[in-house]
Amino acid sequence: MRTTGPRTPRPRTPRPLTLDPDRTLDRDRAVRAARRRRARGEAVTAWAFIGPAVLVIIGLGVVPLLWSLLLSFRADDLVTPGRWVGLDNYRALGEDPAFRTAVRNTLIYAGVYVPVSLAAGLGLALALNRRIRLVGLYRTLVFVPFVVSATAQGVLFAFIFDPDFGVANALLHHIGISPQGFLDDPGQALAVLLLISLWSGIGFCVIVYLAALQDVPAELVESARLDGANPRQVLRHVTLPSLTPVTVFLVLWQFITALQVFDLVYVTTKGGPLGATTVIVYFVWEQAFQNFTAGYGAAAAYVLAVGLIAAAVVLRVYQRHRRRTGPSPVDGKGVGPFEGASR
Amino acid sequence: MSASAMATSATADAVNASGRRTGRRRRLPFSPWHLLLAPLSAGFALPLVWLIVSSVMSDAEINRFPPALWPHGFDLGGYRYVLGNAMFPRWFLNSCVVAGVAVASNLVLGALGGYAFARMRFAGSRLLLALMLATMAVPFQLTMIPTFLVMKWLGLIDTLGALIVPSLVTPFAVFLFRQFFLSLPRELEEAAWIDGCSRLRVLVSIVAPLARPALATVAVLTFLATWNDLSWPLIAINHDARFTLQLGLTTFQGQHHTRWSAVMAGNVITVLPVLLAFLCAQKTFIQSLTRSGLKG
Repeated sequence: MRTTGPRTPRPRTPRPLTLDPDRTLDRDRAVRAARRRRARGEAVTAWAFIGPAVLVIIGLGVVPLLWSLLLSFRADDLVTPGRWVGLDNYRALGEDPAFRTAVRNTLIYAGVYVPVSLAAGLGLALALNRRIRLVGLYRTLVFVPFVVSATAQGVLFAFIFDPDFGVANALLHHIGISPQGFLDDPGQALAVLLLISLWSGIGFCVIVYLAALQDVPAELVESARLDGANPRQVLRHVTLPSLTPVTVFLVLWQFITALQVFDLVYVTTKGGPLGATTVIVYFVWEQAFQNFTAGYGAAAAYVLAVGLIAAAVVLRVYQRHRRRTGPSPVDGKGVGPFEGASR
Repeated sequence: MSASAMATSATADAVNASGRRTGRRRRLPFSPWHLLLAPLSAGFALPLVWLIVSSVMSDAEINRFPPALWPHGFDLGGYRYVLGNAMFPRWFLNSCVVAGVAVASNLVLGALGGYAFARMRFAGSRLLLALMLATMAVPFQLTMIPTFLVMKWLGLIDTLGALIVPSLVTPFAVFLFRQFFLSLPRELEEAAWIDGCSRLRVLVSIVAPLARPALATVAVLTFLATWNDLSWPLIAINHDARFTLQLGLTTFQGQHHTRWSAVMAGNVITVLPVLLAFLCAQKTFIQSLTRSGLKG
């Protein structure tokens, strides 16, 4: 295009009159048809690729979600035909002391689990984020409880905290403290459950924080140090601020995890003693599969879901907001889960 | 640190912070952080050590107060009981089948679906993707009652199929593969395209070998989720021949409350595959889990 400057007028080529104008039209149409045919072939392939996934996800994700909502407006025992009761299930939940206890227990559980696991996770990650001998071993040991299933944890700790034969009371005995009831004591059971889930849950916070700490730009820390910042100031003004996105993620993630606790409760206390460890999911399970009041259970599940979905939406909105308003050096382009793959 | 540094810290009256630290480092042959980290990490490991120790204790040692803190012998009675009289081998097999099928099908269906979302244009793709993202946020507790009804309608309740079908493919796997494929350069595939390869061929022989990180992540997360799950097997399975290890273990504990060594032996069998897999592929596990967390 540079050659056709303003001084040299573009040579005008006459229209090729020898070509039949209909033929170009024909060709256009043929090209478009071929493209459409290819697109259709492409769509067929795409649907073949995606069909199984869509079938499973719609059939066992979207349909149950709506069905569950429908159930919550019905009195249904999953066996005989149910009947429509409108909002009665939700009204009854509000007046059910057992449900109120379940909500309270869940909130206490989450209220302790989230801050403690984050604080301990951050502290441990900061301690583990240095090049000393054996640090790999320490990291492994801190993290390994996280891969142990809640069932195995529950069975193991039910033994450790067994009032008669457990090693916990044996150790207390050695230091002269009288035996405790632990999981059999309504005043202690929830605290013991928290201890167990913290044992396994802290490791997750540690590895997420460790991964984030390794992404804190070394130049930033170095230049702060050259400017005369002591280690404490570097931590407070450089390291911690760059961990904020990870902290937001962990708060919400751990909150979601805490609201969904079930396996551990089922294995250790079955909601007891005296309802001291009945959490919402346990309440849902009990209503639907023990008392056969599925509609009531579904309503309770929807109450829980409001909290969970709110947390998930907050997380997504925050992540999207961050991506729009200029990402920090910590997570780079923020296009997906794999930008740190080279780490 | 040289001798002159030592001399300075010894003679200086006002010892500043860094001076103090060099002094301490002189006395310890290792970093002072070990004093904090060694007991802490040992504390995390202690319950698991106790799990293994108590599984080889004799019942006499366990069932007395206070119990022995360390076994005097090596008693395999618990393991013998668990492997001989109980159905643990069967449950182990069931867990392997469920986790194995779930991992394989999440890899295949997740990659196929993710590839279609990443590279192909078809009507409704945006809507489907949005739907998939929305179901990712839905907790299982919300859908478990209707999922039970769907499985009952399919006649799968009380079979391993009821455990396999809901975990055939998760929206998470599809989404993860999509994100990964989007990060690959298109040019690699276009060359094969021009040579006349089909989409499937391109996916299998060009894209999949490059997608090893995504494949590993999906495999690890699916394996952990299916192997460790208790709540869904608890709902879907009644007959003990179809139990998974987690369900079998908790039932076994309920029935043999006093045979702690056998319960702990069963517990070791339940935990061991995950522990071994984790220790063998620690890096993959940790990267998978942090990645799952830091997704956008």
